Amino acid sequence: MLSYWLYIGIFLAVAVAFPIIAVSLPAIISPRKPSRRKQEVYECGIETEGDIRVQFKSQYYIYSLIFLVFDIETVFLFPWAVSLGKLPLFAVVEGVIFIAILFAGLIYAMQKGALAWS
Amino acid sequence: MSLGMLIFLLMVVVTTVAAVAVVTSKKLVNAAMWLMVALFGAAVAFVLLQATYIAVIQILVYIGAIAVLIVYTIMLTRDPDEAQEPGINKQWPIAAVLSLVLFVGLAYFYYTLPQTDVLAPALEGELNAVSLLGQQLVSPNAYVLPFELASVLLLAALIGSIVVAWRK
Amino acid sequence: MADLINVIRDWLYNLMISWGASQDLAGFVLQVLGSILVVILCFVIVIALIWVERKLAGRIQDRFGPNRAGPFGIFQSFADIIKIFTKEYVTPTGADKSLFNIAPVLAMASVLAIWAVFPFAINVIGADVNVGVLYIVAIGSFGILAILMAGWSSNNRYALLGASRSVAMLISYEIPMVISLLIPVLLTKSMQLSAIIEAQRPWWFLIVAPTAALFFLISSMAEIGKAPFDLLEAESELVAGYHTEYSGMKFGMFYVAEFLHQYTVGALITIFFLGGWSGPMAASWPILGVVYFFTKTFLVYLVISWIRLSLPRIRIDEMLDLNWKFMIPVSFLNLVVVAVADRILMDLNLARWIYVGVMFALSMGVLLISLAIAGNSKPKVERVQFPTRPVAVSPQSDQSKS
Repeated sequence: MLSYWLYIGIFLAVAVAFPIIAVSLPAIISPRKPSRRKQEVYECGIETEGDIRVQFKSQYYIYSLIFLVFDIETVFLFPWAVSLGKLPLFAVVEGVIFIAILFAGLIYAMQKGALAWS
Repeated sequence: MSLGMLIFLLMVVVTTVAAVAVVTSKKLVNAAMWLMVALFGAAVAFVLLQATYIAVIQILVYIGAIAVLIVYTIMLTRDPDEAQEPGINKQWPIAAVLSLVLFVGLAYFYYTLPQTDVLAPALEGELNAVSLLGQQLVSPNAYVLPFELASVLLLAALIGSIVVAWRK
Repeated sequence: MADLINVIRDWLYNLMISWGASQDLAGFVLQVLGSILVVILCFVIVIALIWVERKLAGRIQDRFGPNRAGPFGIFQSFADIIKIFTKEYVTPTGADKSLFNIAPVLAMASVLAIWAVFPFAINVIGADVNVGVLYIVAIGSFGILAILMAGWSSNNRYALLGASRSVAMLISYEIPMVISLLIPVLLTKSMQLSAIIEAQRPWWFLIVAPTAALFFLISSMAEIGKAPFDLLEAESELVAGYHTEYSGMKFGMFYVAEFLHQYTVGALITIFFLGGWSGPMAASWPILGVVYFFTKTFLVYLVISWIRLSLPRIRIDEMLDLNWKFMIPVSFLNLVVVAVADRILMDLNLARWIYVGVMFALSMGVLLISLAIAGNSKPKVERVQFPTRPVAVSPQSDQSKS
């Protein structure tokens, strides 16, 4: 079984090596004439002013937090789903209870309006 | 030096270097990226222990969700032009001595305690780890109560995060 | 001829043994060769796909696609590659150089690494790990990190804004994708990809769980950033989003990663819902299995392109509302219904076609009821009623007021 993971390790190494080669080859061929104008940050043709801090929206943070909670929920749900063949019916009900509790949290978030993109 | 040993040493080196880089990095976003490299090293350690499900969860949750969370927090609350603090502060010699003492103490305990040399007995038969884990999670005389309590804990985290982070 | 790939592999293996290599070394070299072959295959596929996409887009939009570079424009992709190779790399001032250069490599590597676990035929699988499904989702999440890296390191306010919005969309749509993936896992009782394909031998999961297939298709289209979810490329809004500041081959990597991701999503839908490599006589002739796999993947790719070229873009708040208020609750509901129904029907031990029929009816029922409920819900935007007033006011009444 570990030989499969060795293949995955080799594949990851190859999958990282090929783009690195593909990105480094043009650096040899292509011209390199940096100028101040070319390296200015693009802002629809006008000069950049001020810092680049994006206005803080708490919405991004909420989405990533809720995604984290649901991600961990799927971590629990995958073993449950895999083992359903060997378990009686009330095991399915236990999983449904698990889903229902978090579903209630989702409904709460929806009612609060925390999930709408303002 | 077998292949497994080689991969283990490589993983140790990468994780240690990444962990040091997290702490001493000057830019916060770089520190977050090095943290992800260190956690990837931990996932490789899990694979070497044949805990493949935990390894995949490590990548999925840490690099997929927590890295995004950390980078969002840094990106959205930091001015990139502000002066970066140095990664090491003035008390680092004392801290280095203390951590060396801790390391020596832990190594001594590890090598003198009797049970750490004995391998755990192997489970017989074809091991289907994820299925066994699932059966243990829902059987009444195993872990079903922590399973349901985990969902309540996640619910508390969900509601708490909305209360803390969301402003109308 | 039937088992071509394994025949070649065994011949190479025996060749290396006869040259004096040990068994482990020969196996290792074969694995390296196999992975290099798959990666090169991916690049070749993308070259063909770019031509197909541009021709198809042209025809759907009532124009010719590229038709100058060679007959029917088939050398257009090669011309584009040569052009991109010779472009200069421009790094914007103040950009974080290491992150700036790593991001395109990571974006490409995360899509390529998914191909490690694909089953191409009955005995041609790279790595048949027992957590194949979660491996795919986990490696896909590296691409999200690459987008954040690209947006942040460009030192460009609009790139950062575009990256933040697209990452918010990507992580939101990952939830219904993973929940829809739970359903084939549940029906197969295993996370191994080869087991999932074996379990689809009598009936494809497209028939047994159509709602899961539909939601996986929709959320995958959001994951790859194709219309109607393509706010990442909304040129009129954010220039080019997170890859504004990239030029030359670095941009080329993002571009190729996008096409390859679309093809990879086609392959995932094929494996999970369309039976993978299975087809007439695929079990005894593995080379046919490879042909079926790539054909089905290409057909799903065409369907995704077709949807993309026909629908306009939806706004980000509508898109996220669709996800959180419709797709996630309905996916959970579907999961619960399928789990309970599968357990009960397995206990009753009915004939296969009755089982499939009941599951199909239940899934369609969940979908139609949810659509009905969603259709009846009130829109939340109230139209403001302005009082009517005349356009032109006569001078007398105006002077009488002042």
